[in-house]
Amino acid sequence: MTYAIVVAVTAILMATVVVSLNLTAGYAGQPNLAQSAFFGLGAYFAAVLSVEHGTSFWSVLPVAALVSGLAGAVLGAISLRLREDFFAITTVGLNFVVVALFKSVDFFGGATGIYGLPLPTLGGTSFTNDHFLVLSLVLLGLVVLIAKVVRDSWYGGMLMAIREDELVAASLGAPVALFKASAFALSSLLAGVVGAVYAFFISSITPETFGFNQSVLLLSMLIIGGMGTIRGAIVGAVLLTLIPELFRFAADYRNLVYGVFLVLVLRFQPQGLVGDDSWLARGASRLLGRSGPQSHATKEVAR
Amino acid sequence: METTVDGLVIGSLYALVALGPCLVYGLLRVLDIANAASLTLGGYLVLVLAERADSPLLGVLSGLVAGAALGWLVQRFIYLPILDRGPIVTLVTGIGLYIVATELFRLVFGPSQRSAHVELPLPDVDVGGVRLEGIDILVLAVTFGVIGATWYVLTRTRSGVLWQAVAQDRHVAGAVGVNSPRVIAAVFAVGYLLSALAGALLSVKYDAVYPTLGDIPAYKMLAIIILGGLGSPLGTIVAALLIGLVESWVVASFGFALPRDAIAFVALIAMLLIRPQGLIPSRVVKP
Repeated sequence: MTYAIVVAVTAILMATVVVSLNLTAGYAGQPNLAQSAFFGLGAYFAAVLSVEHGTSFWSVLPVAALVSGLAGAVLGAISLRLREDFFAITTVGLNFVVVALFKSVDFFGGATGIYGLPLPTLGGTSFTNDHFLVLSLVLLGLVVLIAKVVRDSWYGGMLMAIREDELVAASLGAPVALFKASAFALSSLLAGVVGAVYAFFISSITPETFGFNQSVLLLSMLIIGGMGTIRGAIVGAVLLTLIPELFRFAADYRNLVYGVFLVLVLRFQPQGLVGDDSWLARGASRLLGRSGPQSHATKEVAR
Repeated sequence: METTVDGLVIGSLYALVALGPCLVYGLLRVLDIANAASLTLGGYLVLVLAERADSPLLGVLSGLVAGAALGWLVQRFIYLPILDRGPIVTLVTGIGLYIVATELFRLVFGPSQRSAHVELPLPDVDVGGVRLEGIDILVLAVTFGVIGATWYVLTRTRSGVLWQAVAQDRHVAGAVGVNSPRVIAAVFAVGYLLSALAGALLSVKYDAVYPTLGDIPAYKMLAIIILGGLGSPLGTIVAALLIGLVESWVVASFGFALPRDAIAFVALIAMLLIRPQGLIPSRVVKP
């Protein structure tokens, strides 16, 4: 059963990061291909502080949150100066820069990574996988709650207005700069906390774990599930974590399956498997007897 | 001095790869990472055919044909149907396509590095005390030939005007009778063909090709076309040569202080903050 629990904890932690990514990529509509850099910053600060300086798990968490949050705010500030495409590539580049830092700065332990993180303790007992399962579920619940509050608030509405048309949002008096920067800060802060927990869970980390491929994977999870929805973020993360495990017998074809799946979903169902206006979401709302999503109707008229 | 030549040669290869995506961006506002798959394809065909059929030339030619065909297929069946979905969808689709291509290369040609020891019938040349290998001269000659041809086609021919028309506004161009689907198809085919050519030269120069050969060029070419000013062919070429030179100089003078492949992105991020419109912004392609 250990194996199943390890997969479950990984899936839940990934789902949590993707829900946090949805704040910037989904609600604010920013092409964010750097989420694993913030995830990695949290993981690395947690690992360095606990292995090199003996800091405990619980006091590492706020540090990881602070560092990642600050880094996210900087990226948010950069995003103010750049148009969509330019910004997308800047986030791509950020992955390479952060991995290069992890590899070459002594503080981060070099190319081999950091090994032997101690198990967290709670009231004298060391963590087992069961503890991690509970902790990751609590974390997911907390992040989903934050995402829900953001989504339903005036603040979230403004983020979505920025996504639809930044100029219009600005002309209506939205402080676009502040909103974008804070969305990035919040999203990265949450990713950093998850990164810290993840580092303690897998107990050894290497720079490549947090590279560009991981960022692509995280964004793919969100897109495959359904951009801009919390359920999409969770479904996508769980699917893309479980599928490789289920296809273990065909390990050689795993990445091929992932790539083909990604292209097919984007080509034929770009709103995601359970996103708004997807086949599944439309089917579900029909079953529940509600009128179909309105965007469907308006599209017909527009044509 | 050798460092400079080395940088110029690498920069030329970057320019060959980046020209296609730059022209594609101009037309569709799509950042096409999948283009780098054509580079790996070109590399494999030249080395595998040199090894099996003892004919690198046949390899280069088949690489060009295969590259052009791949470019046509990608735009027709993948990009065109999802154009309205916005930049995130097209960008990630391109990344997905590139992953699929890499995995196919690995399954077909094997995971390990292939080499073929292609001997070029070209002499090494001594220019003012600097030894230039035959392949380096070939790379420089081909690149400058391609750059000249691109400049000529874009500024002096009907096809160039068509590209400009579609780049300015695809729909208006269509409304006044420009066959934009054909222009788009042609640009993709040529862009992928150039990448296949660059891949052939690259794999002969280093005598190595492996499934992930296109990884670094893929992301670097995006940095380059942005550095140059999106959709600006001249800016792209200048940026490609600059990145090649700077990389060589930095690696030669500071050793491995900063990994070579992060340099392009550090340059990119620094420059975007100072000059967000790119080195030489395009007059045709408007945001």
